[in-house]
Amino acid sequence: MPHRVEILLVDDSPEDVELTIRALRSSKIVNEIKVAEDGAEALDFLFCRGAYKDRTFEHPPRLVLLDLKLPKVDGLEVLRTIRADERTKAIPVVILTSSKQQGDLIDGYKLGVNAYVQKPVDFVQFGEAIRHIGMFWVLINEAPPPGAFAEGKPGEGKLAETRAQGA
Amino acid sequence: MSNEVEILLVEDSPEDVELTLRALRRAKIANVIHIAEDGTEALDFIFCRGPHKDRSFYHPPKLVLLDLNLPKIDGLEVLRAVRADERTKAIPVVIFTISKEQRHLIEGYSLGVNAFVQKPVDFEQFGEAIRHIGMFWMLVNQSPPPGALAAHKSAAG
Repeated sequence: MPHRVEILLVDDSPEDVELTIRALRSSKIVNEIKVAEDGAEALDFLFCRGAYKDRTFEHPPRLVLLDLKLPKVDGLEVLRTIRADERTKAIPVVILTSSKQQGDLIDGYKLGVNAYVQKPVDFVQFGEAIRHIGMFWVLINEAPPPGAFAEGKPGEGKLAETRAQGA
Repeated sequence: MSNEVEILLVEDSPEDVELTLRALRRAKIANVIHIAEDGTEALDFIFCRGPHKDRSFYHPPKLVLLDLNLPKIDGLEVLRAVRADERTKAIPVVIFTISKEQRHLIEGYSLGVNAFVQKPVDFEQFGEAIRHIGMFWMLVNQSPPPGALAAHKSAAG
């Protein structure tokens, strides 16, 4: 069984990845961080396919930390895809973006994001924000029980197709 | 408007209300906290009706901290009602409960709760949990712009 990834960090900026990982590690919050550099890789990881076909839906990350402006598939599309599938819809997703556009904020919430954080420009504040994110989402929040939403048995790649929304 | 409510605390236990307020105040996090002691009052507040009819949907709380086991209307029903209405569906809701039942956790997430925190039994840890909730939701998270959802008809959903 692969170790459980605690945070899937989806970010294409090497500097932001570096800062984020350093802030999480320095406060000893999170050890297992997986970095995806674009939206397609994030979805492959979450949907256990392609390079990640040996992963299972029974071991979702505790948190997806999602940039919006991403190569290949953008962040809002990644969010929409996660929320549209029974097996992944409950995974906590926090948008972490430098976007100041209200449209992104509104769309994020409409698509069911758990929280929305604007990346502070200031170096120190960036670290602080990441620490608060880590503390809350990894130490305090109870993630959905792994597997509770995975309808299909592990290994069966069958899509339990999107149910009518609005549970 | 100076008196905007930052946290709507929905809790019927006076002890837990007291502990929560004390932890938030000590960490200087939220100043304006409204307490609803049952699910009906919480919904009246959120939906600006009854004794709260002078409130406006343009000033939602930044966070609803919601107990599950409540008089009159239980917490999951409150959550369901909040999520079912365009004007309130994006309000951040964090469940804060002593329940250890997995079905509550699963149902909470199915209904679209933002986060789920189990109340620590230990006094100190209770305070810590509240501080972390407050720090993240008041200082770090950007809540939906007030009014944006009230005005828009569903575009993305």
